[in-house]
Amino acid sequence: MHELSIAMSIVEMAQEESEQRGCFQVSAVHLKLGALSGVVKEALLSAYEMACDDTPLKGSRLIIEEVSVVVFCPNCQVRRPLSSVQLFCCAECGTPTSEIVQGKEIEVVALEMEEWVHNPA
Amino acid sequence: MGSQPRLVEVRKNVLKQNDLAARALREEFRAAGVFVVSLVSSPGSGKTAFLERTLTELRREYRVAALVGDLATENDAVRLARSQVPVKQITTGTLCHLEAAMVQHALGGWDLNQLDFLFIENVGNLVCPSSYDLGENLRLVLISVTEGEDKPLKYPTIFNSADVAVVTKMDLAPAVEFDWDSAYRNIQAVRPCMRVLTVSAKTGDGMQEYLSYLMARLDESRAAAAI
Repeated sequence: MHELSIAMSIVEMAQEESEQRGCFQVSAVHLKLGALSGVVKEALLSAYEMACDDTPLKGSRLIIEEVSVVVFCPNCQVRRPLSSVQLFCCAECGTPTSEIVQGKEIEVVALEMEEWVHNPA
Repeated sequence: MGSQPRLVEVRKNVLKQNDLAARALREEFRAAGVFVVSLVSSPGSGKTAFLERTLTELRREYRVAALVGDLATENDAVRLARSQVPVKQITTGTLCHLEAAMVQHALGGWDLNQLDFLFIENVGNLVCPSSYDLGENLRLVLISVTEGEDKPLKYPTIFNSADVAVVTKMDLAPAVEFDWDSAYRNIQAVRPCMRVLTVSAKTGDGMQEYLSYLMARLDESRAAAAI
């Protein structure tokens, strides 16, 4: 369960970004999560909620875009989506390959920000 | 009222801190001429016995040291100290994996220039360590014959983060009817062309081939650094 430390890094990163831009309220974090990142989406979502507690991000949403694995086929000389992470080969010609071009990312791609509401009453 | 939500592009790797620390470590290792090997596996796969034998055999000709990660206890460090090489335990508390910063911290006080090989035994876990680069030259993933031949299919991510697979406890293979062909096929399915070594830390079978491989890799890495 390393999702909590990942979630805490995400919250920290979002906070820094928002401070750099003049302290806007972050309402959502958009994250790309690769199928080979070693991170479980559901676990990360609940960890995120915990990590947001007692921070300005409390109540914000984590929006995860799952990224499938793409490999490079040395035979066809093109990128191919992998049909199963249990079988690393070209989906067209069957050549084995472990050249991963996509699918390992844990990347904050964007933040949804709102201006602070100073006088809610 | 009236606040306008807006989407701000960021594009930042969440593990950037770790990756930066790992890169700094790798550079430090290269400059010192030390070859760093990390070990990942599930708990009970025989990592410590395998490492103990590795250290004992290598220390006859090489300067070796080890860092061992565990959630709690210093038992592994005490056990490995029997091999009479410098060993330091990293207790992670509740953390299920090692991070580059912990390695950096644990190395404080050690002169890397005085080492040929440094071994880093990760916490027994086939999931979490896969996300964290430790700056190592070579990552070994261990799988024991008692674990079942389909382990690679269940944990493809860790196999993809490793360079070499080591099948341990080979002395037990007949007793548990270990199916080598199937294990090998499964490893190749999730990581084509992966080198697979077989060892028994108990009888010593396969150790020579494995140690020769490490020695060759040390020479290669020093030759590359000298260019």
